[in-house]
Order: sequence, then structure tokens, then C-alpha cells
Amino acid sequence: MKIIFGTLLSAVFSVAALGQVPFERIVNADKEPGNWMTYSRDLSGHRFSPLKEITTENVGNLKVQWAFQFPNDASETSPLVVDEVMYITGPNWAAALDVHTGRRLWSWNRAIPKDYHSIGFGLVSRGPTVLDDKLYVATMDCYLVALDLKSGAEIWSSKVGDYKLGYSMTVAPLAIDGKIVVGVSGGEAGIRGFLDAYDAKTGKRAWRFWTIPGPGEPGNETWDGDSWKTGGAPTWVTGAYDPELKLVYWGVGNPGPDWDGEVRKGDNLYSCSFVALEAETGKLRWYFQFTPHDTHDWDAAHTPVLFNAKIDGRERKLIASANRNAFYYVLDRETGEFIAGQPYAKETWASGLDPKGKPIKLPDSDPKEKGTLVWPNMNGATVWFSQSYSPETGLFYVAVREIGSRYFKRESRYKPGTLFVAGGEDELPPDDVWGEIRALEATTGDTKWIFKLQSPPWAGVLSTAGGLVFSGSDEGNFYALDARTGKALWDFQTGGTIAANPISFTVNGKQRIAISANRVLYVFGF
Amino acid sequence: MTPCLARGTLPDILQNFRVLRRVTILLAKMLRLIVAVGLLLPLAVIVTLAGQAKTKKQTATADAAAGKKLFEEHCALCHGIDGRGGRGPSLNRVHLTHAADDEALKGVIMDGIAPNMPQGWYFDDDDVANLVAFVRSLSKVRPDPIPGDVTRGASVYVKSGCSGCHILDGAGTGYGPDLTAIGERRRASFLQQVISKPPAALPEDFLLVKATTPAGETVQGIRVNEDSFTIQIKDPSGRYHSFRKDELTELKKLRGETPMPSFEGILSATEIQDLVAYLASQRGKP
Repeated sequence: MKIIFGTLLSAVFSVAALGQVPFERIVNADKEPGNWMTYSRDLSGHRFSPLKEITTENVGNLKVQWAFQFPNDASETSPLVVDEVMYITGPNWAAALDVHTGRRLWSWNRAIPKDYHSIGFGLVSRGPTVLDDKLYVATMDCYLVALDLKSGAEIWSSKVGDYKLGYSMTVAPLAIDGKIVVGVSGGEAGIRGFLDAYDAKTGKRAWRFWTIPGPGEPGNETWDGDSWKTGGAPTWVTGAYDPELKLVYWGVGNPGPDWDGEVRKGDNLYSCSFVALEAETGKLRWYFQFTPHDTHDWDAAHTPVLFNAKIDGRERKLIASANRNAFYYVLDRETGEFIAGQPYAKETWASGLDPKGKPIKLPDSDPKEKGTLVWPNMNGATVWFSQSYSPETGLFYVAVREIGSRYFKRESRYKPGTLFVAGGEDELPPDDVWGEIRALEATTGDTKWIFKLQSPPWAGVLSTAGGLVFSGSDEGNFYALDARTGKALWDFQTGGTIAANPISFTVNGKQRIAISANRVLYVFGF
Repeated sequence: MTPCLARGTLPDILQNFRVLRRVTILLAKMLRLIVAVGLLLPLAVIVTLAGQAKTKKQTATADAAAGKKLFEEHCALCHGIDGRGGRGPSLNRVHLTHAADDEALKGVIMDGIAPNMPQGWYFDDDDVANLVAFVRSLSKVRPDPIPGDVTRGASVYVKSGCSGCHILDGAGTGYGPDLTAIGERRRASFLQQVISKPPAALPEDFLLVKATTPAGETVQGIRVNEDSFTIQIKDPSGRYHSFRKDELTELKKLRGETPMPSFEGILSATEIQDLVAYLASQRGKP
């Protein structure tokens, strides 16, 4: 009896010490599919929900259950749902909502300094992260803030970067064991990029990985002269984590200035790469550069998707991504070795990939004074919004932007805290471009089906065990497709451009789907 | 240099300080001269000089070419290299949504539009004026020589039944584009082409479509809106139709086609010239 009591007591104490969401709950997210406890629901970046109450048969009956109006336009937030409370963010703002009604429980905000300037992007926040008893929010003025999960009270804040130099944060942080990993925006402001990890309890920085190596470090020689100092390589989209390998996987953004490669000759490591970092130290284990010496603003700004599958009869630990440069890649996530890759969208800049996965660049695809027509355009064949992997279908779903543009190169001078891009683009007219949801065979990138959209999308994809794929259009449609065939089964006009990622969760055991559309967060269900 | 110290960067502020210092020294020298000579003449000189400086500032012409360079460096990322739009809206329009006049446009450039357009805090007054000049030049119609007669053109407009499809100064039917300020938006050569060979000069984003329903009904008209699942069409009577695309038997996009007839052969060359002159004179109401 004493032993049982003692065990119970220690269990109570350990819960109290760890708080509501110990890391184990996030690692074992599949055990509680009614919650959505990290950016992609699981640490593998799948954005797949095991819930199956909403199916291909009944999805046509979905109705709005409640809606919430954000204080800001153009919401890109990906909400979290933990124990029937929803957590959302906006620029320097966070709130907890009652998941039954959408009523606000608490909200928090931090004034954006008057001399803050967003350089090359809008004022957005892509969501919070949760660990133990705290909610973590990244701010525009580049602070990581820890809030009390129950009350929204600020517990600590840590300065991540200097906004006066163009560092900013729009990213949803990623909680790993005991640490909060957070990346920066600023690829159009001549920053020197990095990825940071902070102690979740104290806010003290645990490590920093510079995405542009300094003098004497391997890779610094891939930057001409002093160009490494202002080379960009931001880390503005949430990564993934393998708790067994204890590796953090993160996408690195474009080199700067974006369109003038002449002033930064070389491959410009680790811009446009995935990096695998040791969770304990931030030490680089491997990297894979998708677009060496990029001159089109093709950040590898994607959440890496981790899955295991048989390749040539051998079970492999894989990492996959549909890259902004229009190629889909499958790599070994233990080593970074290239396994497979091919285009998944129209592209006119490379004839293919060599055996190591390096693009075979076509001549005359760099921006010029008089313009160079290249597909895809600067926002890429896909960009920051979510890709999804369904273990049920073995398919990889991606929202595709079929759009080309004329790229122009111009002079540019680096001036701290201002735009540093050296050019621009001229997009093809709206009726010459379009969008798609594509289902790819996850291990090869072969296209299984295509669903066509009116215009290039800005919304992410969610797949579910109910055999469905959810996403949104730029024209405001939120819709469901059959995950196996791509057939449209349901759609709803939200009235606002959708530039966010959908999630799924339960309320009193009933499945719900949520999406932000401009100023409104909609929650659908039966 | 910016006269507003609060906005200036450190070098700007130093620059302002230097200017102020120079002005102060100059004034002090002049005051000493007034005292020494004991005449009012130098005061008149000061007043005149100040007046000249003011006039010079007011009449200084903004440099659209300098504005273009700044635009390409700071604005093209979102508005496109030539202002035709991209992530941000197109700016090659007479009426800008957030800038009714040049002063308002200056404000937009300096203050931005939350959440997507950043502030141009680092531009000085000349930069902003040059940017405004360039942005306004994007929608300026280069004048063509117009040989036609405006008064006769007005009669041709009436006689040809243009108001059956167009509204001009509030009169007519709003099927085709509103012609009230067409002279601000289109060059005479473009107008000439539209009247003679309409398909060769279609407005941007214009699309004629033909929808066929399962009942066999066809609706042909101008697409007013389209999303991934539905389309809205305006027919020649001005009636709006909304369809779910997957419920139509056929949806034909008649690219390069227009309901506007060619007036070549119907009107004489002189009549077309007169009509062009009349339309080109339509500059809208102040």
C-alpha cells in the first residue's frame, strides 16, 4: 500500500514538475489524436491526423461550428489544441480559446517597437509551440517569449536577434526535449542567418548554429570575399525532429542579395539546404544543398517530412521535401545521402538532378538586366505552407504553384536594416498560371494524381486517416479531396484568401477541422 | 536629407545638424553685417533669399528616373519590376486604392500599410517625391497625336450605339468597360485598335466565357469572378450568373474573343478618328 501510495505521489509530483505537456506526450502524439500539440501534430512533419470520423462518405456534411476574428489581417497561424484549449498567435500576439465555442480564455500581446520594420514579408506569426506548462511564441521584434499555459502570463523572454539589423521571427518554434528551437527571418535584409535553441525552463540560449560559416570554418570558402557577412540564409519555417537519432532537421533560406549572384560567387553554404543538427549541441551532422548558388530566392523554407520506407528491399530512415525549386527529394536522414528526386512542377532552370542530387543547371537561367523568364517564380513551386505525408496511402501531398516570371537583376547596396535583394520579378499574367494539389509516391516522387486550382496557392495541406486531404485556395475556397484519387468531395467559400495550414482535433470526441482565412479562423465539424 | 529629425538615421541627423549649423552661421554673419552697416538692405536680401529657397523647393521637379532606380531596389520585390504587381498589387493604375493624391501616396510610401507593406523610413523627402513621380508615371498615358474632332466624335459615339454596352458619364449600359475616364487609361492608338480590331487589344484579365448547363442552356458573357470551384458571369443584358464548375456540361474560355464588334468598314476612317478623339478627351470628373 505504501509503495502504491508512494508511486502515486511521485507520479503527481512529476506531473506537477513537468507540467501539462511533458515532451513524451508530443513524442507519442499518435496515442492522443484528439490533440494537436506541435506545429505539424507530430515531430516528423507529417501534418497527418489519425482521426477518421470525417470520411470520404460524410465530408460533404461539414458545417462551420464556430469562427473567431483575429485582431490582424492575413493570419498564417497554425493553431495548437491541447486538452480542449486552442492556442493561436498573430504578430506579437497570442491567445487561448475555449475549443467548444471559440471564446477567448486569455490573450497576451507585446507592443511592436515603433522603429521595427518587416523587410520582405508581412507581419505574421505561423503559430506557437507548447512544452510542459508553457506556451512559446516568436515575435516580430525577434524575442522568444514563454507564457504560462494556463493564464498567458509572461514567464520569460529572450532576445534572439537584433531587429534593427533586419532579424525578425514569423516562425512557429519547435519544442524538443527540454529545448525550444527557433529560427529567424531576414533573407532579404542581408542578415547572417542562424538557428537557436533555448532552455525551455530558463530561456537561456543552449546553442546557436550559424547557417553561414564564419572564417576558418568549413563552408566559409563558398562565399566570395566578405559576402558571408550579409549572405542571408534565414531559418524561417519550423523544422522536424527525430527523437531516436536526436537530430533536429531544419530548412535554410536563400542567399542574399537574392538576384545578384555575382557579388557572392560560390555555392553559398548552407543557404537553400536542409541541415541535420545534434539536438544537444547544435553541431552539424550533415547538410544537403538543394540549390547551390541560388539566384531565384528559392529558400529551402519547408518543414522536412520524416518517414521510414523500404528502398531497394532495405528499410531506410528517410527525409523528404518538395522544394521551392520545383524538385521533390528523398534523402537518408541518418547521413543526408540523396536517394531519389525529380520535378513535381513545371521548371525551366535545370535539366535534371545528377546522381548526387545536384541540379544540372541550364544556361541563361540567372536574372539579367533585361529579364529572364524562368519557371517557377520567386515564391517557388511551393513555399512555407505545409506538405503532408499519409502513412495510410504512402502518398506525399503538396500544394503546387505553377507560375513563371521574368527575373531582373539590379544594383543593390547593403545598408543595415533595409531591403537587400538586387532586383525583382514580373509574374506571368493570372490566366497563364495556375495551382495544383499533387499526390506523389513518397519514395520516388512519381505523380499519382493532380487536382487543379484556379491560381497558385498559399495554403498548406492536411491529410487524415479518414482518407481525406484538406487545403485552401488563394480565392478563398477551403476544400476536401479524396486522398487516393484527388476527387473534390466538399468545398466552402471562406470569403478570404487562405494562407495558412489546416489542423484536425476533437471536441468532446467529435472530429473538427480548423483553418485561418484572412482575419477569420473557421472550425468545421458535424 | 530629411527635415524631420525624428525619422532620420544617424547620418541623416548629422547631415541636418551640419545644414542647420551652416544656416545659423550664415544668419549670424548677416546679422553682424546688418549691425555693422546699419542698413535694412541685407534684411531684404535675407527675405529674398529665403523666398527664393522656398520657391525653389516648391517647384523642384521630382525625378521619375531616380524614382525608378529606388523602386527597383526597394519596391519591386512585391510590386513587380515594372509595377505590374506580384505579391503586392499593381501600381500602373490611375486610381490607387490607398493613395487618392500624391500627398497620400507619399504617406503610404513613408508609413507603409500594415501588415504587408513596410514603412519607407529610410527614404528622404527627395526619394519619396521621386518615387511618387515614378509610380504616377506608370499610369500616365503618353499622348499620341490626335487628328480627329471631339464634337463630331460625340455624334459618332451616339450614332454607333456604344452606350448599348458602355457607360460614359453615368449614361449607358454597364456590360463592357466604363469609358468615363478612358482617356486617362488608354492611348489614342490603343483606342483606335479596339474600335477597328477589338480582339487585338483586350483589356488585362478580360475573359469571355461560354457555360453550358446539363439542361442545355448556354450563357455567354464576361467572367467577373472565378475561384477553384465556381464562376460568375455577366451576360450582355447585365444579368449575373453563378455556376459551380463541376455542375456544368462545358465551360469554354474564349481567350482572345470579345463581344465588341469591329467598326472597321462600318465607320469611315474619319469617323473612327473622331470617335478616338472623343474617347481620348474623356478624362473623368475632377
